[in-house]
Amino acid sequence: MTPSPATATPPPATDLALWVENLTVSFDGFKALDDVTLLLERGELRCLIGPNGAGKTTLMDVITGKTRPDTGGVFLESRLNDLTELSECRIAEMGVGRKFQRPTVFQGHTVYENCELALHADKRVWRSLFGGLTKAQKARIDQVLGIVGLRDLRDRLAGLLAHGQKQWLEIGMLLCHDPKVLLIDEPVAGMTQPEMERTAELLRSLAGQHTVVVVEHDMQFVRSIARKVTVLHEGRVLAEGSMDAIQSNPRVVEVYLGT
Amino acid sequence: MGSSSEVSESSQMLASEGPTSSPRHERLTAVRERLRQLHSGRAWIAVAVAAFLGCVLIPLLNAVPARQSFLHVPDYLIPLFGKFLCFGIAALAMDLVWGYAGILSLGHALFFALGGYGMGMYLMRAIRGEGVYRSNLPDFMVFLDWKTLPWYWRGFESFPFAITMALVVPGLLALVFGYLTFRSRIRGVYLSIVTQALTYAAMLLFFQNATGFGGNNGLTDFKRILGYPLQLPSTKLALYVVSAITLVLVYLLCRYIVTSKLGRVLAAIRDAELKTRFCGYESTHYKLFVWTLSAMLCALAGALYVPQVGIINPSEMQPSNSIEMAIWVAVGGRASLVGALVGAWLINGAKSWLTAAFPSAWLYVLGGLFVVVTLFLPRGLVGLASLVRRRKSEGGKQP
Repeated sequence: MTPSPATATPPPATDLALWVENLTVSFDGFKALDDVTLLLERGELRCLIGPNGAGKTTLMDVITGKTRPDTGGVFLESRLNDLTELSECRIAEMGVGRKFQRPTVFQGHTVYENCELALHADKRVWRSLFGGLTKAQKARIDQVLGIVGLRDLRDRLAGLLAHGQKQWLEIGMLLCHDPKVLLIDEPVAGMTQPEMERTAELLRSLAGQHTVVVVEHDMQFVRSIARKVTVLHEGRVLAEGSMDAIQSNPRVVEVYLGT
Repeated sequence: MGSSSEVSESSQMLASEGPTSSPRHERLTAVRERLRQLHSGRAWIAVAVAAFLGCVLIPLLNAVPARQSFLHVPDYLIPLFGKFLCFGIAALAMDLVWGYAGILSLGHALFFALGGYGMGMYLMRAIRGEGVYRSNLPDFMVFLDWKTLPWYWRGFESFPFAITMALVVPGLLALVFGYLTFRSRIRGVYLSIVTQALTYAAMLLFFQNATGFGGNNGLTDFKRILGYPLQLPSTKLALYVVSAITLVLVYLLCRYIVTSKLGRVLAAIRDAELKTRFCGYESTHYKLFVWTLSAMLCALAGALYVPQVGIINPSEMQPSNSIEMAIWVAVGGRASLVGALVGAWLINGAKSWLTAAFPSAWLYVLGGLFVVVTLFLPRGLVGLASLVRRRKSEGGKQP
């Protein structure tokens, strides 16, 4: 893709998958993000928390190219890959997958077709018109359906799936794309307890091979998966560290509990 | 989508055939698998029967039996059927772009008419001095006292050139228009309005005598096509057969497209465009492809239509014609291709009959039909048929 980052820039202290540097975004003078810096190591599972309006969604939007920042950069693996200069498509193509808060699977397509659409493949018009799935691609879809536990439902219309199953399908679709970084917005909102446990297990199993960022409100859930937590507040990084450290941080307590 | 189960079914069948021996054999199996995705075995038979009926049986029944025989298809029906076939092609084009890609065009009559004008220009040039004024120029130019042929009429003496232009010009127009609108992410009702404005503007332009396409009279009084007199029943029959074969080919092309991955991407764009973009598909390119193709298919329909009806004028571009096309597809059922054909034929059949029997009632019937279908049959007649079939099979299980 690009020359080795080591030759182009001084190597980062650790093996970084994605980093955000001094990001500022303002809407009509309101600073949604204010000088945010965030470093994500390869294979990390990071939770991003913060009250409403803290800038979590804006941060995701900037990383995926939906919103352009005023200043600052977002880099994928190398200082040469500044995502703020690329289109949404290109960013997705380079390996940043995003799962939205509400499940947005293709309701009118089957589970299998959903995965087919998400597959990492040549996505230009002519290839779609004339190409078929290779054996390796079929195997990959099968493998992913196994990981998210939907193998038996492959021919069901995605619109007919239960809420939790839709969320898993969407995660499966991200996996089909073989992403380097997964951004997951509120994966357990509206889920039952068993579904939440199953999701936690799934996310933990994904870390290691992928870099996973989870935006979540449910503290119980965050505690069950996170090794490292970043707290955003009013567009700034308020605190960063282990869940225990975060929960005992007086500023976080103040922001969250309003005391 | 009906195709999905067929896909997995055929892939299983493929797997059960075991390891394939030669690359040639492998290619054959791939082609067979693709054909099975296109249609199930039973549906293929239905397509073959329909194609036989339209392309072979009706022409034979026109040409062979004696005039008095009850089997004889009268001559006056042949251009009428031919016209319906052209509407069928236009309906398929409309379904491709609206039913599958979710782009409700209210300007497809423009592409239809432009295709028609391309063919009409050839037919005008083919008159060759047999017009009222015995001039080498088309009659309307003599009437306007033009001395030379405008530059954009040059080359239209040649049939291949004319037919190419009849497809390429609407295609280019669609490409440029689509590029500008899709790139600005204009969609939904806004896009519909813009397409409507486009066809209306073109209509006003073509109404002008100075534009050089015969003004409000359009192009007419054609004499012959490729040397064959258009008045002869045999020429009309040949045009009908060409239309029928074209319709079958266009249907198969559309079917190929909607059962390909491209078809599934289009449906995904229709249902959730943003999500599709996040999946890495440049939705603008996909929409542009299907939009341009649809416009060209529509132009093809127009080019076949004009020699069979004998006239093309700017009223073909009026917005209501485009809206009627959308109604065909809505009534028949979107995103099924067959529904588009059913809708086009039913409505035009009803129109042919009603405009003769109760001329003033037609627009009320059309409007009423559209309201009823929108309110009660969101998936059109084809959707109703499948609903009835499902009810029946459920009723069979629980008496």
